[in-house]
Amino acid sequence: MFAYTTRRLLMLIPVLIGMTLITFSIVHLIPGNPAQVILGETASETAIKDLEESMGLNEPYFVQYTIYVSDLLQGDLGTSLKSKTAINKEIWPYIAATFELTIFAMLFAIIIGVNAGIISAWRQNSWFDFLAMLFALIGVSIPVFWLALMEQWIFAQELGWFPSSGRQDTRDPMEPITYFYVLDSILHGDFARTITTLKHLVLPSIALGTIPMAIIARMTRSSMLEVMRSDYIRTVRAKGSGQFLIIYKHALKNALIPVLTVIGLQTGVLLGGAILTETIFSWPGIGRYIYEAITFRDYPVIQSGILVIAFLFVIINLIVDLLYKFIDPRINY
Amino acid sequence: MKLRISLLFSLLLALVLVLAACNGDDNEPGDNNNEPNNQENNEPAEDNNNDSAEASGDNVLIFARGGDSESLDPGSTTDGESSRVTKQVLEGLLTFEDESFEVAPSLAHDWDVSEDGLTYTFYLEEGVKFHDGTDFNAEAVKINFERWADPSHEYAFTDDGYVYSMYGTMFGGYKGDEGHVIKEINVINDHEIEFILNRPLGFFLQNLGMSYFAITSPAALEEYGATINENPVGTGPFKFVEWRKNESITLEKFEDYRVEGLPKLDSVVFTVIPDNAARLIALKSGEIDIMDGLNPDDAAGVESDENLILFERAENNFGYVGFNTQKEPFDNKELRQAISYAIDRNAIAEALYAGYAVPAKNPLPPSYMGYNDDVEPYAYDPEKAKELLAEAGYPDGLEIDLWTMPVARPYMPDPETVALIIQGNLADIGVTANIHREEWAPYLEKTMNGEHQMYMLGWSGTNGDPDYFLSSLLHGSNVGTSNRSFYVNSKVDELLDAAKVAVDQDERASLYSEAQALISEDVPMVPLVHSRPVLATTNAVVNYVPHPSTSESLAEVEIQK
Repeated sequence: MFAYTTRRLLMLIPVLIGMTLITFSIVHLIPGNPAQVILGETASETAIKDLEESMGLNEPYFVQYTIYVSDLLQGDLGTSLKSKTAINKEIWPYIAATFELTIFAMLFAIIIGVNAGIISAWRQNSWFDFLAMLFALIGVSIPVFWLALMEQWIFAQELGWFPSSGRQDTRDPMEPITYFYVLDSILHGDFARTITTLKHLVLPSIALGTIPMAIIARMTRSSMLEVMRSDYIRTVRAKGSGQFLIIYKHALKNALIPVLTVIGLQTGVLLGGAILTETIFSWPGIGRYIYEAITFRDYPVIQSGILVIAFLFVIINLIVDLLYKFIDPRINY
Repeated sequence: MKLRISLLFSLLLALVLVLAACNGDDNEPGDNNNEPNNQENNEPAEDNNNDSAEASGDNVLIFARGGDSESLDPGSTTDGESSRVTKQVLEGLLTFEDESFEVAPSLAHDWDVSEDGLTYTFYLEEGVKFHDGTDFNAEAVKINFERWADPSHEYAFTDDGYVYSMYGTMFGGYKGDEGHVIKEINVINDHEIEFILNRPLGFFLQNLGMSYFAITSPAALEEYGATINENPVGTGPFKFVEWRKNESITLEKFEDYRVEGLPKLDSVVFTVIPDNAARLIALKSGEIDIMDGLNPDDAAGVESDENLILFERAENNFGYVGFNTQKEPFDNKELRQAISYAIDRNAIAEALYAGYAVPAKNPLPPSYMGYNDDVEPYAYDPEKAKELLAEAGYPDGLEIDLWTMPVARPYMPDPETVALIIQGNLADIGVTANIHREEWAPYLEKTMNGEHQMYMLGWSGTNGDPDYFLSSLLHGSNVGTSNRSFYVNSKVDELLDAAKVAVDQDERASLYSEAQALISEDVPMVPLVHSRPVLATTNAVVNYVPHPSTSESLAEVEIQK
């Protein structure tokens, strides 16, 4: 186990080197001079030259890359061209915002998805199964931006149950500690605010969690169906165990392996791919951070942002791999 | 496993119930009795920290826009979302009138201009304090101007990537450059300062009204150094409190503001809601008070909503189709005129801006000084266009490339559709237009190099002076940079040069007016429309006046419950 973990962590190094190369070249393959894009159509020629120089764009690519990597090794993610601030310093609130949203979206997806999958498998071909799988199909096919706008329209504008945007009450912001606002409000001992922040999480979590939920439900169902037909389940059943015990104690554990893989991958996808949800719900997360950096051609932010997401993705997959053993002791590394 | 999942499930249920229970009672007093909190908030008045704070009448205004500010140091940015905020925090020597670009006093209450237009003396307000408590005086003004002009100035922060491009554009370059207009700045006493120019500049005062040239506290420059872009300290009606990137910028009332009784709000929060539709929903559900960037198509819905008020900004831009006048086939004036008659501007204004645009005939917004209203527009007339086409030597039509821009701009919210309309218009007179697309940066570069035949672009005003439009776009010396039409007419150049250095504004107006007549005859570009951006507020917002520059002071704004 320990050797496996170490080996996996060491494998991170070539992956990350590859990532730096890819992000660096993608960013530089985009046609056009970033200084021109930043200053727009009213820019004078001298202004463009000045900006190029101050951005270090006049250096050859190789030199720019070497500087980038050697800075990275010293834990320096670079300085944002737009805000002129060290990315190290400013990236955390964005990561925390995305993490918080991802956690709640995945909680929603897992709790609903796994249970719907189980019940569908248990009552295969029942009306519940039929409805659940129909919703799952709709869930994977629904465009996120449409779902998000509908949620806003119904639950924010018409019913007024939940706020339509942001992470907290704009009129009365709180002093952040960890930038996980739910946690912060608890640390402040301010439970009214905890409820406010939770309310802000409801709509975006549902919008973001719908697709993973649908995928998880379908995966759980098919995996459960397979396990339910296996010999050991028949043995348990012959032993006279109740249906509930059979499903949740004996079947679910073995059925969870492929589900867990999906959960791991989906979590990674949500971390990097929440741009639409973050944009519509004005959630200041890492997806929007990178998106805005792209429109501004803020090279260092694009590079470091993608690198951070890639890093998180790899780490989450590592955790999932380690969890396999915890769930199924037969697995050996 | 069973226990864990059912526990989670019941937790979720409980959570949903709790949330649902907290919904209806926003206005119930019971909601206010929450636990005492230990947050570091020094204002007890803001303690009731839940949704009911909205209803309690705290004078907080929430202004929502589509993007975050880039920098809160006004001199080093050209970003409208930045100056919208800095306008509240910092003030310049001069400002603009509420609804126009007419120069008005600000930190300078009066000024003298010498006969030759080379010396400007400003008389500064006395007893004005910066937000950090230091005194505003002539020395502070001088330090700010030197900081912008001199890249080696101790507060220029050149090594940290600070570039003062607006200064360079407006004052002809930087210290030591040949074109630099400001020769020296003399502090006469604490409340009098004198600018000596190398040569007259007709729009010198106009420049000083721009929000980019606002005065920062020298003590703050010393204290914050290169992080001044996140810590603005000025003399404005609101002082800076906090900036959460991509989320919100909070300002609060400056108690010692130089104007008695202002500002009327206790605080202003600029928040970011990127999606136009989501922003409108937030406005309708009362989460925000003012929204910028309304879709023209949503304007009718806002107008019919009794809880909302629709606003239009005065036009300060124009979109156009330009020709490369030095290249085949558009070096032919008749051909350019033919095309001009063929394009249906009214159709474009209706189709794309839902009517919130006026068809253009001059490369200058109508509210500007020297706008020539006597210019005869090339009214839509396909028959006449065909005749001219034949006269120009193309009786059977011709095939051309039409370059369309890849990004939406305020003056051109949907370039692709405009290109299609123009393509259709031209097809009617027998001209085949092939639409050509480029990425934004190469688009700007290649049109600068003259690789195009016919192209679409636009221009937005900043200092409210005609020079910024006419000289940038059509002066011969700007060919290869901002004059992408490659238009050179020595008579026009002479007029523009004379207008640039003239001090008498009436004289300038007539010179610009004359230039527009010549330009209209030559048709280096077909002006399409001046757009009127729309925005909306709730009906609780009083005294809000949108400025054509997009940066308006919120000092007079009130919220009535």
